[in-house]
Amino acid sequence: MASYMLRRFIGSIIVMWAVATLVFFMLRFVPGDPIAAMLADAGGPDEIEAMKRNLGLDRSLFVQYAIWFQNMLHGDLGNSIYGSRVAVTAVLAEAIPRTLSLSLLAFVIALAIALPAGILSATRRNTATDTTVSLLAFLGLSMPDFWLAILLIIVFAANLQWLPAIGYAPLSDGFWPWFSHLILPSIAIGTAFSAIIARMIRSSLLEVLKADYMRTARAKGLTPWMIMFGHALPNAMIPVITVIGIAFALLISGAVVVENVFAIKGLGRVLIEGILNRDYPVVQGAVLVVSAIFVFSNLIVDLLYGVIDPRIRLN
Amino acid sequence: MTLLRVENLAIDVARDGGSCRLVHDAHFSVDRGETLAVVGESGSGKSLTALAVMGLLGEGLSVSGGRILFGDEDLAQMSPQARNDLRGSRISMIFQEAMTSLNPVRSIEHQLIEGMRLKKRLSRRAARARALELLAEVGISDPERRLKQYPHQLSGGMRQRVMIAIALACDPELILADEPTTALDVTIQAQILALTSRLCRDHGVGLVLITHNLGIVARYAQKVAVMYGGRVVERASARQLYRAPQHPYTQGLLASVPRLDLPRDTPLRPIPGAPPDPTVRLGGCRFHPRCPRASDLCATEVPPFVTDGGHEVACLHSGSQSSKPKGAAA
Repeated sequence: MASYMLRRFIGSIIVMWAVATLVFFMLRFVPGDPIAAMLADAGGPDEIEAMKRNLGLDRSLFVQYAIWFQNMLHGDLGNSIYGSRVAVTAVLAEAIPRTLSLSLLAFVIALAIALPAGILSATRRNTATDTTVSLLAFLGLSMPDFWLAILLIIVFAANLQWLPAIGYAPLSDGFWPWFSHLILPSIAIGTAFSAIIARMIRSSLLEVLKADYMRTARAKGLTPWMIMFGHALPNAMIPVITVIGIAFALLISGAVVVENVFAIKGLGRVLIEGILNRDYPVVQGAVLVVSAIFVFSNLIVDLLYGVIDPRIRLN
Repeated sequence: MTLLRVENLAIDVARDGGSCRLVHDAHFSVDRGETLAVVGESGSGKSLTALAVMGLLGEGLSVSGGRILFGDEDLAQMSPQARNDLRGSRISMIFQEAMTSLNPVRSIEHQLIEGMRLKKRLSRRAARARALELLAEVGISDPERRLKQYPHQLSGGMRQRVMIAIALACDPELILADEPTTALDVTIQAQILALTSRLCRDHGVGLVLITHNLGIVARYAQKVAVMYGGRVVERASARQLYRAPQHPYTQGLLASVPRLDLPRDTPLRPIPGAPPDPTVRLGGCRFHPRCPRASDLCATEVPPFVTDGGHEVACLHSGSQSSKPKGAAA
């Protein structure tokens, strides 16, 4: 297990390096360049040259890559080449907590809905409850997150005025300000995720409920609660966890879009602004962080397998 | 006193709006400390009957007639809650598939003690102490270590021993064992059966041993009920049944089992034909299409049980050795 985790960890680092490198070169091939974006038509050829030199963009691509890579290893992701030229790490340090708060809250809300929904529809298969859950899941999966976001703002912020429509408050301002700003975007992002997980739990549970060991559990005369939570779910969650790992990507990419609807300056917002401005270092830094989140959420999933399944832990 | 008495039990399965009868007439009884073997081919309804006694019939299956008397209570009339209270505590079951009947992600300890904690209200410590005793009793060495392990770390025989320990955990009065050894090696089979029947005798537990293996019956059961096509056709003590099988089906079954006590060149005689398809209506005796002694009457009349010194048989043409088809083994 330990050597397996070490291998997975090294693999994760390699994946992150590959993603960072790919993004570095792909950005350079995107049409349009940062100087043009900044100066518009205001600068002459001399100014453009001076600016290029100033930003280090006059050197060859590979030299730029080597410098960026070396700095990255030292924890320096460079400075934004746009506006006030703040350090990329500072931009990210501000954005990461927002995106993580948002996706984790979305994750918690989604699971809190998906778990009971999946259990109900599996245990009451082919009843009205099951059909209702399936329909809602289908609806949730079909609604685009940005559209749901706008709908939520109209109903709960504009009309009912229960919750703020836009913006973000850090947790240091208190729980309620933080929570109230995040709840609508979390629902917008988490709905599709919740629908996927609920369906997955349903089908996985249906499979498990047929197993011989479930009959053994029933033959012991256990309570329905003990049978579900002591025997069925621990087995049913194994494939569900895989899907959760993959679908976590959905949350992050959902955050990118929905942050823009709710004007939350998280990773998504940073990424989009960076791309529009051809702000190479910012985009590279943001992508690095997003890929790190991906890679490590999958690593956590792998760890969870071992926790939940002794056949993996003990072999 | 009779512990379990199954009377005229019928089990239906719902299909395409209608229903189809799988068990027509299961009828047998077992006393405390006694082993009853229920023998029959696959599809004869023996496992369904056991599941009906447990109250664990699957989706679409239901008891549609008869009584399941446990003591003086009819299990078929009990509320689901009351039946669940009985399960595990007074009636328990050992299943066929030792390899898959234990939960792969829960420890042996958890699977052994959860029933005791619920049904006997034991503390974790007391349940654990009892679990260690049980593992030792079913012949598992180093119980302390085994308790912490998971099913995949145990061999098939050991898993079935654990299943037996689970079945015994709450001191039940009745254990149903549904072909407990089919998935095991032959050498292990004998050990498991000897263990099960010894433990049941020692603890005064009634054992219903469901099997298709007549060889098992001779050694471990006192009484036998032979099932064919969803109906019990012959009931007798194991000794009587072996000495003088009365029903043509039982005679056919015995003739198709290889035996070491007969001359080497005695041919095995399989029963021609196949068991009845439950979806096709079949009047009269269920066995008549395959029966060497069938008459026209057999196709229309359901044979009643005839008793002869505790040996009961449901056949219009039942007979002793003399009327048996030539060459069948005694």
